[in-house]
Amino acid sequence: MTAAEQRHEVRLTVNGVPRRAVVPARRLLSDFLRHDLRLTGTHVGCEHGVCGACTVLVDGRAMRSCLQFAVSVDGAEVTTVEGCLRPDGSLGPVQQAFQDCHGLQCGFCTPGFVTTITAYLDDRPDDHPDPNAEEAREAIAGNLCRCTGYQNIVAAVQRAAEIRRADRAEASQ
Amino acid sequence: MKPAPFAYHRPDSVDEALQVLAELGADGKVLAGGQSLVPLLNMRLAAPTALVDINRLDQLAYVRIEESGVRVGATARHADVERDEATYDALPLLRQALTHVAHPTIRNRGTTVGSLVHADPSGEMTAVLALLGGSVEIRTAAATRTVAAADFFLGPLESAVGAGELAASAHFPLPEGNAGTAWVEVARRHGDYAICGVGALVTLDDDLRVAAARAAYISVDATPVVRDLTDAVAGQPHDAADWAAAGALAAGELDPEADIHATAAYRRHLAAVLTARAQRAAATHAEQR
Ligand SMILES: Cc1cc2nc3c(=O)[nH]c(=O)nc-3n(C[C@H](O)[C@H](O)[C@H](O)COP(=O)(O)OP(=O)(O)OC[C@H]3O[C@@H](n4cnc5c(N)ncnc54)[C@H](O)[C@@H]3O)c2cc1C
Ligand code: FES
Ligand code: FES
Repeated sequence: MTAAEQRHEVRLTVNGVPRRAVVPARRLLSDFLRHDLRLTGTHVGCEHGVCGACTVLVDGRAMRSCLQFAVSVDGAEVTTVEGCLRPDGSLGPVQQAFQDCHGLQCGFCTPGFVTTITAYLDDRPDDHPDPNAEEAREAIAGNLCRCTGYQNIVAAVQRAAEIRRADRAEASQ
Repeated sequence: MKPAPFAYHRPDSVDEALQVLAELGADGKVLAGGQSLVPLLNMRLAAPTALVDINRLDQLAYVRIEESGVRVGATARHADVERDEATYDALPLLRQALTHVAHPTIRNRGTTVGSLVHADPSGEMTAVLALLGGSVEIRTAAATRTVAAADFFLGPLESAVGAGELAASAHFPLPEGNAGTAWVEVARRHGDYAICGVGALVTLDDDLRVAAARAAYISVDATPVVRDLTDAVAGQPHDAADWAAAGALAAGELDPEADIHATAAYRRHLAAVLTARAQRAAATHAEQR
């Protein structure tokens, strides 16, 4: 069966760049990004939806890339951790916040946190301009980290919100 | 940890989907949000010959308020149902329960109808459908049938949806009278499957006394369990009813099993305590609505 396995053309816009590859239907979006597009920022921990390391934004919403097939999201816009930068290529607000707050140690979980938090802050902007610690904790409840003990990641959520508020204040001046 | 090969079908319309499902028969498996199916495929606990991906059926991506209740189409995501303000106003229990279904990231992709068809005895929406006495509309190319919640959940991970069938929508009826609802559960982490979860529906009379009290449970049996607890609290004032008695009544009738997370006795204890908590919250909710 493997030799004859049917292949499908998949076109995605990834971090603003149109990309395409021809893959079997069973190619997970996570593997499509890592293996076919060589975007290895997206990490794979558990492959059954539990750890959150593989989280990416699909049409603006945070989702597990290990729990969907690339062919199923053909045509979508995908944002990975590589796309969470500022337009000038410097660290984006969430990435900057992780650095400021020492929110990572080994870094394996970090791409999933960065994408999840980016979506959380962007999602309903009026809802989450200034999350308190409890809200920040809930925002990251679907992501596992084996190193940090989470305290610094909670702080990073709040710091990222602070950076964004400053960005906005500057933009509106 | 990679799925076995499968033939992939991605119909663009409901008619086309029904056609493909009819042709494939027992070989075909519906792929909705994939938040339960893909883990099973990844772990090769399931290896269907063909998948019918329904994610392009935009016609079914609706959350619609009808006179008698809320109808949710097969491709509406948990997040769509949870966030819909008109739905929350009409039937708050949907959002009350949905915020306990997995994490936002899972709810962005997983569908509410899919979670009903999946029939996990720990799935919140199974108990919500059962508590409200809702139903699922099941379609084939040849016919449409409506199956009531009481007949829909047949066993753990087994629903009335058979080979070649598409669950097109679910109907969640609005409770009658001055009714309030609540969802309470205990899980190891917020968003994990509950060790025990309780949905409550309390109806008050004109004097704000308890007219009816019902509860539905997850993670205590092979299918969602609904209990009428009116006998324990009938006629009592909404703010001073003996909710502990309702909890004791419910727990006495439940026969939960032990697993790695909890003993049977602990689950029963949780059922009693959470029943009281959920019923009290639902009564307060009824009074405020
Ligand atoms: C980490 C994690 C935590 C979770 N925690 C919870 C939780 O706490 N509570 C909870 O309730 N759920 C939880 N879930 C499951 C989640 O709610 C799923 O979205 C849901 O169970 C299935 O919906 P789906 O759209 O993803 O269905 P899929 O995974 O695509 O399908 C599930 C099954 O239903 C069938 N099916 C789906 N839709 C249809 C249809 N319209 N017609 C016919 N057959 C259909 C499929 O063939 C398959 O057998 C969790 C999932 C993950 C990964
Ligand atoms: S790799 Fe996707 S959630 Fe763990
Ligand atoms: S930093 Fe190592 S797992 Fe989170």
